[in-house]
Amino acid sequence: MGWHLIRFWTVLVYLFMFLPIAVVVLLSFNANQFGSFPMTGFSLRWFGELFDNDAILRALRTSLTLGALTALISTTLGVLASLALVRYDIPFRNTISTILIAPILVPEVVLAVALLLFLQFLGIHKSFTLLLFGHVIFTLPFVILVVQARLVGIRRDVEEAAMSLGASPIQTFFTITLPLLMPAVAAGALFAFTISFDDITGTLFWKPGGVETVPTQIFAMLRNSISPEINALGTLMILITAGLPLIGLAISRKLAMRRDRAE
Amino acid sequence: MSIEAREARQPWILLSPSLVVITLLLIVPVLFILVYSFWLRTSVGDVQPGFYTDNWQDVLTDRFFRDILLTTLRIAAITTLVCALMGYPAAYFIARAKGNKALLLLLLMLPFWISYIIRTMSWIYILGTNGALNTALQWLGITSEPIQMLYNETTVILGLVHFLLPFMVLNVYVSLDGVDETLEDAAGSLGATKWQSFLQVTLPLSLPGLAAGGLLCFVLGAGTYITPAVLGGPRDAMFANLVFEAIITQLNWPLGAALSLLLLAVLGILVMLYNHFLGMAQLMKGLG
Repeated sequence: MGWHLIRFWTVLVYLFMFLPIAVVVLLSFNANQFGSFPMTGFSLRWFGELFDNDAILRALRTSLTLGALTALISTTLGVLASLALVRYDIPFRNTISTILIAPILVPEVVLAVALLLFLQFLGIHKSFTLLLFGHVIFTLPFVILVVQARLVGIRRDVEEAAMSLGASPIQTFFTITLPLLMPAVAAGALFAFTISFDDITGTLFWKPGGVETVPTQIFAMLRNSISPEINALGTLMILITAGLPLIGLAISRKLAMRRDRAE
Repeated sequence: MSIEAREARQPWILLSPSLVVITLLLIVPVLFILVYSFWLRTSVGDVQPGFYTDNWQDVLTDRFFRDILLTTLRIAAITTLVCALMGYPAAYFIARAKGNKALLLLLLMLPFWISYIIRTMSWIYILGTNGALNTALQWLGITSEPIQMLYNETTVILGLVHFLLPFMVLNVYVSLDGVDETLEDAAGSLGATKWQSFLQVTLPLSLPGLAAGGLLCFVLGAGTYITPAVLGGPRDAMFANLVFEAIITQLNWPLGAALSLLLLAVLGILVMLYNHFLGMAQLMKGLG
């Protein structure tokens, strides 16, 4: 009896998590011009209108550029730090780990204010650079956590074998270690991109006037009224931020299966 | 240099870029706003360096600020409790499920990849005057006019629970997954009922995960800006909205700095207590 109750409860919890999002996706295909119920017919019109809206296209371009640069920088920094944490026995490990995840523990508003006021004091005003700095600092801990979890599973003996056969440390890194690391690097980069692409709180503090990312654009549009364009933009965002990791997962499954078959 | 010395230096070379970035972009800025919070904004709008306690006097004695701080902590506490009550049974089910565990876990991760603003906004379609619930109620003939259900404290909590629940479920799941199932069987064979063995064996062993999930829900909930801005009414401002107001709207940066630091101090005490009793390792397990 108890188990059935728990199962029923779990179904309700999942419905609670996904039903509202499903409604947004459903409404983005609604022909009704007010962007809400009732459903009056199926239409792709709002997706078409997105691509005629200059403000939205600009926001999309800003978000994609920012996300890509953030992913590049955070992943580079994060992979190096994770290598140190996983591969070496370092003193003060706990303190260092805590410092590295500190940006998660500090409320984002506080981080946003501190960075804004400090860089402003140094003469770096609200700009794309400030946005990039901000996004790097709060994606970095997530990248480190994800990459570290993946690194633990990589065996070291292959590298040692390469070295004992005469490869230099640099050669070993680029021909052996990096290819083995690639899944971890990809996972970290994807995660950083997604978090950056979704961020709104810090972005609202750091963005210069007139510059919008997709989330701040949606936030600004919400202030006026609900429109079918917001739903279409929301659906597009879900496709980008949830679709990319799912494709990544599918590809890594395929690769793993092929590797299993080869062995 | 000896090989040992080079070996010992290598991890620091790997770590230094990240440590430098976190020091320059987080630690130094937080120390900077501590100094800045003692500066003063003059009536003409300039900021006067010095040592003035005016901002702190405002922040610590003004009833308006104190009320909003207490409201924020209350909302975060209720949110955390609701997340625990909703999330624990679900995490238990996933940990003990035989069949589609992988699918359930994947679905659990999915909200992390779906935009926060979209998830928050989606409640407008459920509870708004033209939303699903009002449409259904009128269609069923239960009400004739749409009911105003949005823009109050309850909808703020609802939005926060929707945002934070996955953090709770994931953390509890991680700790339940580490509990040996045979322990419950052992308790059963010694005569404990299912409920007894859960209360005395499984629940205590999963408390670290529950605490980690609770800490994340509370800290993230108390620091939120968007949820009250989208789902709350004009009187449902939380502390982060106050900070935003001071910094972006009023441009009173020294005051904004003091407000941010107060929020950091209150939540920092919680994080430190957690670290003291349970350590950061559990939190990192759940986040990774």
